[in-house]
Amino acid sequence: MTQDELIWRIAGGSGDGIDSTSQNFTKALMRHGLHVYTHRSYPSRIRGGHTYVEVRASDNPITSKGDGFNFLLALGDSFGRNPSEGAVYGDEEVKPLFENLDDLNEGGVIIYDTGVIDQEETEELDERAEENDWHVYPVDLISIAREHGRDVMRNTAGVGVTAALLDMPLDPIEELMNEAMGGDILEANLSVLSDGYEMAKEEFDIDHNVTLPENDHEEEQVFLSGSHGISYGAIDAGCRFVSGYPMTPWTDVFTIMSRELEDMGGVAEQVEDEIAASMMAIGASHAGAKALTGSSGGGFSLMSESIGLAEMTETPLVMVEAQRAGPSTGMPTKTEQADLEFVLETSQGDTSRLVFAPGNVKETYEQTRLAFELAYEYQMPAIVLYDDQLTGEFRSVPRSFFDREPDPDLGTVTTEEALEELPHDVGGRYERYATDNDDVVNLRSLPGQRGGRFLATGNEHWPDGQIAEDTQNRIKQVDHRVEKVQRVREELAEKPSPNTFEGDEDADVALLTWGSQKGVVEEAVRRLNEQGVAVKSLSVSQMAPLRREEIASFLEGVSKALVVEMNATEQFKGVIQKEFGDYGDLLGSFLKYNGEPFEPNEIMEAVEITMDGEGGATSSETTLRLPRGDRT
Amino acid sequence: MNAFDAIDSGEEVSKDDFTPQVEPQPTWCPGCGDFSVLRSLKGAMAELGRDPEEILLVTGIGCSGKLNSYFDSYGFHAVHGRTLPLGRAAKMANHDLEVVAAGGDGDGYGIGGNHFTHTARENHDMTYIVFNNEVFGLTKGQSSPTSPKGHKSKTQLKGVAKDPVRPLSLALSGGASYIARTAATNPNQAQEILVEAIEHDGFAHVDFLTQCPTWNKDAGEYVPYVDVQESDEYDFDVSDRREAAEMMHETERALYDGTVLTGRYYIEEDRRTYQEEKQHRGEMPETPLAERYFDEDYEWERSFERLDRHT
Repeated sequence: MTQDELIWRIAGGSGDGIDSTSQNFTKALMRHGLHVYTHRSYPSRIRGGHTYVEVRASDNPITSKGDGFNFLLALGDSFGRNPSEGAVYGDEEVKPLFENLDDLNEGGVIIYDTGVIDQEETEELDERAEENDWHVYPVDLISIAREHGRDVMRNTAGVGVTAALLDMPLDPIEELMNEAMGGDILEANLSVLSDGYEMAKEEFDIDHNVTLPENDHEEEQVFLSGSHGISYGAIDAGCRFVSGYPMTPWTDVFTIMSRELEDMGGVAEQVEDEIAASMMAIGASHAGAKALTGSSGGGFSLMSESIGLAEMTETPLVMVEAQRAGPSTGMPTKTEQADLEFVLETSQGDTSRLVFAPGNVKETYEQTRLAFELAYEYQMPAIVLYDDQLTGEFRSVPRSFFDREPDPDLGTVTTEEALEELPHDVGGRYERYATDNDDVVNLRSLPGQRGGRFLATGNEHWPDGQIAEDTQNRIKQVDHRVEKVQRVREELAEKPSPNTFEGDEDADVALLTWGSQKGVVEEAVRRLNEQGVAVKSLSVSQMAPLRREEIASFLEGVSKALVVEMNATEQFKGVIQKEFGDYGDLLGSFLKYNGEPFEPNEIMEAVEITMDGEGGATSSETTLRLPRGDRT
Repeated sequence: MNAFDAIDSGEEVSKDDFTPQVEPQPTWCPGCGDFSVLRSLKGAMAELGRDPEEILLVTGIGCSGKLNSYFDSYGFHAVHGRTLPLGRAAKMANHDLEVVAAGGDGDGYGIGGNHFTHTARENHDMTYIVFNNEVFGLTKGQSSPTSPKGHKSKTQLKGVAKDPVRPLSLALSGGASYIARTAATNPNQAQEILVEAIEHDGFAHVDFLTQCPTWNKDAGEYVPYVDVQESDEYDFDVSDRREAAEMMHETERALYDGTVLTGRYYIEEDRRTYQEEKQHRGEMPETPLAERYFDEDYEWERSFERLDRHT
């Protein structure tokens, strides 16, 4: 990390208000003029367990969580106590302090709540603080909170102390409190905030070097996550129907959509299972609504058959797959990118689908809109594949980014007037699956339209939809569905690429990544470039169909490339090699599958080891497989 | 504004209007009960004056799934067990459609059982016809959820060890608001019941006994049958849940003793349909969603106006 930025981590028990406190503090930093980025880590527990949120704030735009962190507010776990026993579970109360020390950078700042964390248990801290030049500020946050209200407000006291130690004005924080609360609760929180601030200013000689960078935004910023990006992209694409079943982390999108659609005269349905959810999206889309469904790994598995049905019946279907660490239940709240092959291939038969893996908040919005546009234009499933990291990744984005016209167009749908001119079978059924016309995509009719009746079926079918096993017709129908994907490939080739390039054009060493790891890879490349290391990266989000030419020209002239992804079986590398067999030995892999996203320094180290050419292990929980280096 | 002219068209229709001119002859086995479902459905729709193009008929997989090929309307021949979520969502997107779902007993009470319970519970205004022949026909005679205990087949060599599903009781406990059983051998009653079911505001479940002369000869032809409303032997109130439950229980047991009881079992008139319930709560628009996409004057809300919570 660089000196001119803050990476603040607030840690405590589940239930200590970590999420809401960090949200408000981050917004305050944003209103103060800084670029912000959050990273959330939480356990899969109902109550208890330890959680933290990291906030990175800088005068420059931020694309990753950064390396480690430099400011810790350790609340301790107030739920580490069994209320009926009055006993403490082991050292649960203290854990949110000690569990977080390993990633704290040299020179870092620590505030901890002596009201929860017994100072007798912190002797080890003093030793480590001395070794690492940490600056420790023990504060009895709980007492400050108790004076004005309830113990739980100690998180507000912690924010007051943080502001004092960073010399940050309280105005934006108070402003946010005024907007979010009222009455006695507001008064109490404001008092707790300023008491924490005043106390720290009086008590402590501030001798640390972590300061708040200075910046002013040229335009108003909004603070939102990848899940908001997906939801807002869907809304602006005219989506007014969502069906789903709760599952982490997909639940984020489902929750946002349910709230928004209710206000917009849309329909949100929580149903009995993911099979129903995806079949309902097909039913709604078939009847003439723009529909969204989605899930995470396990739930999405239940949707496999629906994807095939949408492909066969040529029904537009937009789906979200929010990856988490698998297989099976895996680690529900931890991130991974191991569902790529699954999403590309799942469901029987030859596939015809589109897959986008956005790499940041802006891309989640843009690519969800694109998914709707293409799904409804080409009548096929389009899947937005993201992961747990992007659900918890809140960023500041200029408000004006969202100032766009909505696009509720239903795509290739016919009208009753047009139906009069379209081909029908001898009995009057509309030949919605005609194969001998010039258009690759037939206009689809909607139930209720005069002159448009046809049969949609998961069986192979004649142009009017009637079930067919005729060999000639079979070939035509298969070719027709496959050809649609080719047309999408061509259409997208004409548009600006959603994939992004970073670094030296002529670099000999390259990084290829996809989805959520875009930001961290690009930060690593920028920092390596600043150090004079020639390296470049391509972050791919158009997963299917791939932009073959772009990837081929990116790899042209490169002698070594690493595919950076969060899985163990080199899934994206496999996809690349399937498309470009001749690049086989040029590609190595840099993998991480411990449940946490990459940090920039890990990638920088992997590049250095690769350039060095002698091999060797990385110092992080990652796996580096070097390319053999020769083109075969 | 109406983008769907076939809806409430008021045009005169006859049974023949539901017969497709391409492939008008069904390929079911001679003597199959499915012919009777097709005939009574055509009759009911003609009697009700429904326009073929305002109907969405959703079917599952099995012999019953072929219904879509022989009934001319908008159709969706879905995958096994999934007719109900697909059909009810179409209804939610355009509640002016007449949605009928149909499938076999394996489709509805086996693989799609979860959807059956939940669609009934939600009380969607749609009709669900279950072709109950107590066997898997298209896959050649395996035991189905309604096969009697002891039914022998190639996959149940020593006979089914399970008690059969109780379709009517299941619908009642699920929450269906119209529940009836009819038999292929009773075409007049079948048509009457289908008319009532389609007209009923809410989820109407019709367990339709369809004899399978090929794979389930033991079950016979469901004759003689008894209409519980017309018989003096049975006296119960179809609006009384408790009495209905008892009558269903007896009917389900009697079938396996060789007595075919049919008729209306439960009718709940005053319950809101799912659409009404959602609209009552402000969770569903009064004008069908599907119409909105054709309304050029509609002002689409956009996310840009909703960003205040993110500042």
